[in-house]
Amino acid sequence: MIGGLFIYNHKGEVLISRVYRDDIGKGRGGWRNAVDAFRVNVIHARQQVRSPVTNIARTSFFHVKRSNIWLAAVTKQNVNAAMVFEFLYKMCDVMTAYFGKISEENIKNNFVLIYELLDEILDFGYPQNSETGALKTFITQQGIKSQTKEEQSQITSQVTGQIGWRREGIKYRRNELFLDVLESVNLLMSPQGQVLSAHVSGRVVMKSYLSGMPECKFGMNDKIVIDKQGKAGASDEAGKSGKQSIAIDDCTFHQCVRLSKFDSERSISFIPPDGEYELMRYRTTKDIILPFRVIPLVREVGRTKLEVKVVIKSNFKPSLLAQKIEVRIPTPLNTSGVQVICMKGKAKYKASENAIVWKIKRMAGMKESQISAEIELLPTNDKKKWARPPISMNFEVPFAPSGLKVRYLKVFESKLNYSDHDVIKWVRYIGRSGIYETRC
Amino acid sequence: ETNKLYCTSVKCCIFELKAELNSDKKEKKKEAVKKVIASMTVGKDVSALFPDVVNCMQTDNLELKKLVYLYLMNYAKSQPDMAIMAVNTFVKDCEDPNPLIRALAVRTMGCIRVDKITEYLCEPLRKCLKDEDPYVRKTAAVCVAKLHDINAQLVEDQGFLDTLKDLISDSNPMVVANAVAALSEISESHPNCNLLDLNPQSINKLLTALNECTEWGQIFILDCLANYTPRDDRESQSICERVTPRLSHANSAVVLSAVKVLMKFMEMLPKDLDYYGTLLKKLAPPLVTLLSAEPELQYVALRNINLIVQKRPEILKHEMKVFFVKYNDPIYVKLEKLDIMIRLASQANIAQVLAELKEYATEVDVDFVRKAVRAIGRCAIKVEQSAERCVSTLLDLIQTKVNYVVQEAIVVIKDIFRKYPNKYESVIATLCENLDSLDEPEARAAMIWIVGEYAERIDNADELLESFLEGFHDESTQVTTQQNTQVLHKHTQNTPDSDNPDLRDRGYIYWRLLSTDPVAAKEVVLAEKPLISEETDLIEPTLLEELICHIGSLASVYHKPPNAFVEGSRGVQHKRLPARTASGESAESPDAGQSVGGVSDAPPAVIPSQGDLLGDLLNLDLAPPSASVPVVPASMQMGVDLLGGGLDSLVGLHRPSGSQYLSGDIGGSPIAVGLAGGTGGMPAGLGGTPAMGGGLGDLFDLGGGVGMATGSYVPPKAVWLPAMKAKGLEISGTFARRGGGIHMDLSLTNNAMSIMTDFAIQFNRNSFGLAPAGPLQVLTPLAQNQTIDVSLPLNTNGPIMKMEPLNNLQVAVKNNIDVFYFSCQYPISLLFVEDGKMDRQVFLATWKDIPSENETQYQIKDFHLNSDAASTKLQGSNVFTVAKRTVDAQDLLYQSIKLTNGIWALAELRIQSITPNYMLALKCRAPEVSQYICQCYELLLRN
Repeated sequence: MIGGLFIYNHKGEVLISRVYRDDIGKGRGGWRNAVDAFRVNVIHARQQVRSPVTNIARTSFFHVKRSNIWLAAVTKQNVNAAMVFEFLYKMCDVMTAYFGKISEENIKNNFVLIYELLDEILDFGYPQNSETGALKTFITQQGIKSQTKEEQSQITSQVTGQIGWRREGIKYRRNELFLDVLESVNLLMSPQGQVLSAHVSGRVVMKSYLSGMPECKFGMNDKIVIDKQGKAGASDEAGKSGKQSIAIDDCTFHQCVRLSKFDSERSISFIPPDGEYELMRYRTTKDIILPFRVIPLVREVGRTKLEVKVVIKSNFKPSLLAQKIEVRIPTPLNTSGVQVICMKGKAKYKASENAIVWKIKRMAGMKESQISAEIELLPTNDKKKWARPPISMNFEVPFAPSGLKVRYLKVFESKLNYSDHDVIKWVRYIGRSGIYETRC
Repeated sequence: ETNKLYCTSVKCCIFELKAELNSDKKEKKKEAVKKVIASMTVGKDVSALFPDVVNCMQTDNLELKKLVYLYLMNYAKSQPDMAIMAVNTFVKDCEDPNPLIRALAVRTMGCIRVDKITEYLCEPLRKCLKDEDPYVRKTAAVCVAKLHDINAQLVEDQGFLDTLKDLISDSNPMVVANAVAALSEISESHPNCNLLDLNPQSINKLLTALNECTEWGQIFILDCLANYTPRDDRESQSICERVTPRLSHANSAVVLSAVKVLMKFMEMLPKDLDYYGTLLKKLAPPLVTLLSAEPELQYVALRNINLIVQKRPEILKHEMKVFFVKYNDPIYVKLEKLDIMIRLASQANIAQVLAELKEYATEVDVDFVRKAVRAIGRCAIKVEQSAERCVSTLLDLIQTKVNYVVQEAIVVIKDIFRKYPNKYESVIATLCENLDSLDEPEARAAMIWIVGEYAERIDNADELLESFLEGFHDESTQVTTQQNTQVLHKHTQNTPDSDNPDLRDRGYIYWRLLSTDPVAAKEVVLAEKPLISEETDLIEPTLLEELICHIGSLASVYHKPPNAFVEGSRGVQHKRLPARTASGESAESPDAGQSVGGVSDAPPAVIPSQGDLLGDLLNLDLAPPSASVPVVPASMQMGVDLLGGGLDSLVGLHRPSGSQYLSGDIGGSPIAVGLAGGTGGMPAGLGGTPAMGGGLGDLFDLGGGVGMATGSYVPPKAVWLPAMKAKGLEISGTFARRGGGIHMDLSLTNNAMSIMTDFAIQFNRNSFGLAPAGPLQVLTPLAQNQTIDVSLPLNTNGPIMKMEPLNNLQVAVKNNIDVFYFSCQYPISLLFVEDGKMDRQVFLATWKDIPSENETQYQIKDFHLNSDAASTKLQGSNVFTVAKRTVDAQDLLYQSIKLTNGIWALAELRIQSITPNYMLALKCRAPEVSQYICQCYELLLRN
């Protein structure tokens, strides 16, 4: 299991060190040796990081980086590597939930809290309950709160219980929930316009402000569910809905969802955590709506000039508006000057980023726009040809490129006197570009 | 404000802190403790404040208490006497009405590794393990593991292990999960005692807790489940069914641990089962989803997928596209994806793959580009239809003139030439143009190989080779070896009419260096080149099996077994996949499944055949043996050797009877069945064991064992290296299997006029990885006309390359005069291991499972031994009779053999009383060994 956990700043100075196991500190110098080994071999290494797992002198180091802060878990054993990384991410989430951005200053200001958290969520290197909702009930920055016996046992039963993510006795005057379907659409296209790979990775994020311990059921236009219902119901309805349903390649759920029920009935039922959390993640590859098409044309004119023309076409309903559109056209390292003409938006050559960045605030569906640029090159002796990185795009659209639709979210709370109809529900769809690249 | 703490702490002196710690004001005290902790974090030694900090321990402020505890955990070890001061408070806190404080106390106490304190820990811990509050119990469960780490004996004496076992039935899922984690860890250091005691009931409890506990708890439970071996395929399926829902968990570690359980238990399912196919289909989507996780997790996932693709390629064969590299992937993700792409490349997707690889070859990272170029070459070798396109892609890349791309391309083109000889020689001209830019040894060696190989098609081959020779002395061994070979190569082709005296002279020099016998030289140099294998870098099958059992863990990331990077006893235990056991014919003993693990899927030997045959022999270290071998006084060495030999032969004598005795009830059946057959009564089936079999069998086997005094068969010594070929050194020898080890028994005779010293021996790569286990022990100089007998112990850990014939072994022997080469052949029975007796049921299942095209039939003529005598004789060489059956005056012996590399061979030996001919039917998953096994049968039976 995890033998120790260290947090470093970008200089390699230790901000937090918590040792869980003796084995990482055997020999002279104790665990300080491990701390130094990581600094010297990873943080101060000249080379780019070649692996997130490093083995130095039979000691393994796992690290993740958040801005310029390094989090490193150390072990001497054959630990579950996936678990260690999941834990490090979780650790970042917990810290963010407590004090915001993970920065050197915030860590220093909250070091007592961090030690307290580390004592709670990792015992002898074994991760324990790390749900922020539960932790916040008893790890507070207010010092000691005089708890009644009932409160204490409520805390412990929640931390260890089946529903460790929600406490009892939550009350809201207005029962309300927000569902965000957030998708990122990924594309790799050949210069000729052939889709090399495309997928949507989506998340359903829920903000719930519901009283009591509500039982929820979530439904979407999952092809498997619709087909099953179609068989049972009228055939014309099946035909109609069949068109609208989507094939989900795979999905994963927050730990509140009853997985065995999903496995057997494909229904998504759960008692939600209070506040914001990610209900599910999913991935689709079939029938994706690609919101934009990029058509590149790069011509080398002699050895010192490049002509670039890029056309973008929007491919969705004309009534919808895409926002925050940005096209990034890479330029060679020996670029000496760039002249750009674009019909819409603003375009700039950014020498430090080796790219022409073309920004358009808004663009409706079924439109097209164009940019052309002349790139002057310095003559070089470098034999190596320019690698021509792909043209990448960023955007945001108000629909789900996978075609996912929320069909219902039902709330049942038998003990309290509110029903599904009393809950105010909001649904929003946002499609964003993931890695959206066209080779040129 | 705390930022100040960090800064001042460096400057602030111990004295000031001491004063503040002893302040009356609570706030000031707390601030002081904070400063102490901050100093501790930045590495300042604040152990001198121990008594002052411990004084702050008795407080009702939980936050302060936690800080003091943190300090204690760090420094108690360095101040054991003073740490005792803290004990009272701990014991008191363990009785506190607040469960959070009780848990805190027991949690911290376990972290204080001071013997005196651990004694005091026992009573509070015992109470906490039975606490009414689950939070305290779950903390106490982990504390048992902590205590065990400090003092294992104490934990056992105090009976904590039993209490911990009881917690597996606790009503609270988190308590169960922590108890499982603690027990799993403790049992790792006690591999033999069955601490976890996994049985269908306890498994059921775990599976129930799995649905209810935290994500981390699910991981502990799944990792524990993976160590269980279900009794039969039905149980295996029902566990799989209850584990598959975990594949939809948001936590990647839960998913990977579930994959581990499924991959392992799947081994036990019959392949024709519908559920088997369903399960295979269910595995692909979650594995693909792992690739959308954060990059570090992607890396872990990819390393594991690499293993899964090798073990079960069918799972991801349609998912090639998801492994395409993204421009912004971190380099470690890119390299791993590329590796998997090559493994998944097939005729169906090769066009896409090639287009991608060409794209990658223009990227920035040198390692990645090289790997991409290499991948193109692998595609050509793997998918014959694509070879032409690959070659033209490589030529395009050579045209880029990027130095490392060109060199890498030439290396892989050499491999393509080897795989498809005389097909693409038209590209040689282009390659020759780039001769000057080659500065890496591997590329130069490859180019020399190409020039030498196609010498007759290259007009100026002589000149080209000569240009390489100019820098001979500066070259690395890899290149010089290749030069030697190729110059010789060219030489042997056209020695008489070579009109370049320079080349000829140089050639002669190398020639002499290699051997004094031109015929032998030609044999070696122009020998058939080994075929190039299609797969690269395949993980050796037994290691692969072990790594599959470690999916998700560090071992799977490093692709190394745990004992390669974990110190001490932990993780030394090797894990293996379970064997298939059908519910109808469930195994008699629970560990039968383990002892024959992997039989059902006995994978073919991996035979990488890269590198040149001759290269290895020429690389023989020419330094005297004393350089690498510690010098041991001769007398002592001799003593040990004698003793070793004596023991060996004793063990060799007794082992067969001993092991036979142990497995008496199985081995006993032949005679019982034989009796039944003789009276013509019951038809005796292969699976049936008559009730009386056991007792009689024991008697029979005892007799058999004692009577079998010869042990395994040793062929007589043969002359391997005649004196006239080796400047007077004659070597004759044979191979023997003694006491479970392999030995090469050599006689060295000096027929020369001078004494010989400094003997050393080296083997070339061979089919089964035979290699000397130690240096050749010729400690005294060999005088004229003297003969010395040496026994060289061998192991099978050497490099592997398929040889033709399979049992061929090329040997180099060096002495003070020269290096000599010879080749010899060993009887394959040398590799039959002692634990080659297969369980009867497993035998039956395996026999059915091996397709009939892998069956070979042989006839052994003019042979008169009866079946029992034959069985006894064969047993002496580790050919084990699993069962015997008599039908129509024919005796049928069913026999199993296991080779050192884990390959099993199953035999049916048919002995007719009428004709003197034996019929042998052999089934083996690696049918290429059958022929050699048959030869051994004949050899063993006739001697």
